[in-house]
Amino acid sequence: MAKIIVVTSGKGGVGKTTSSAAIGTGLALKGHKTVIIDFDVGLRNLDLIMGCERRVVYDFVNVINKEATLSQALIKDKRTKDLFLLPASQTRDKDALTTEGVEAVLNELSKDFEYIVCDSPAGIEKGAQMALYFADVAIVTTNPEVSSVRDSDRILGILQSKSRRAEQGLPPIEEHLLVTRYNPDRVSEGEMLSVADVEEILAIPLLGVIPESEAVLKASNQGTPVILDGQAEAGQAYSDAVDRLLGEERPLRFTDVQKKGFFKRLLGG
Amino acid sequence: MGIFDYFKSKSEPSSASVAKDRLQIIVAHERSRRTQPDYLEQMQQEIIAVIRKYVQVDNEHVQIQLEDTDDCSVLELNVTLPEKND
Repeated sequence: MAKIIVVTSGKGGVGKTTSSAAIGTGLALKGHKTVIIDFDVGLRNLDLIMGCERRVVYDFVNVINKEATLSQALIKDKRTKDLFLLPASQTRDKDALTTEGVEAVLNELSKDFEYIVCDSPAGIEKGAQMALYFADVAIVTTNPEVSSVRDSDRILGILQSKSRRAEQGLPPIEEHLLVTRYNPDRVSEGEMLSVADVEEILAIPLLGVIPESEAVLKASNQGTPVILDGQAEAGQAYSDAVDRLLGEERPLRFTDVQKKGFFKRLLGG
Repeated sequence: MGIFDYFKSKSEPSSASVAKDRLQIIVAHERSRRTQPDYLEQMQQEIIAVIRKYVQVDNEHVQIQLEDTDDCSVLELNVTLPEKND
């Protein structure tokens, strides 16, 4: 049985797709056969972030509608062994996802894969609800910013009431907090919520903190998941998060202000 | 923080702590609404309508809370009546 992980947030633009690509790639790098599914029907982007946009022939909705088989629609990643992508349809809308259809695809994938990473669309409508419905684990992606934290809390409420596990009275979805676009300098200046603040408000265990980094944009420009950039702090922070997801202990990195030189401190900036 | 910042007033709370306070309030409010039964909202409206037949009160002066303890639920109705002007 595969473990189904949903990467969700409520709010858009917080880094769900970046995180799905990074975490899915990280799991595969650790030797776990992983598939990442793009649930953002109509606004597909995971293919672009993964750098395989020109290899999409069939998509998730084609498989649900039995217009293509799963093996025809799955794209094998060229860089990372054991990693596959199931792209979203670009021409349909989110009503094309049915509970029965999604369940059938997930059941078939479960036979072959160890991890299924579901990249949720923004919002709390059908697409987002489908992405989280069958999840065993949720990674709640949150920026240290008021609207993102509030929306994350809203999504936690949906995970706890409208998921399959909630409806069937099964053990609840395992919830993890992933704080992204974190800027320790601004936190120390009192201009940004700290990790501790966000943890306290949302009250779920912390999986990782991804520092705001130029490497993330660079990686998406190139279509390479940022976790493959071992030099970048963001890449290393995602690797730590994947290790923690697999049950390993990793100390938090990149959350403290880096020491500045004497003159820089004197003059500010 | 540069040398010039030391001259600034220290009494003003940081914007991050304002954000945290605001979030804690709104999140607690939304969570309590999330756990309450669906009928509560409509019941609240109807109770307010009944009270208004006799006394003129604003919505914000009628508070209804349902609290669950281990073996019973308590419905608490709190109405702040307007001050007497006569």
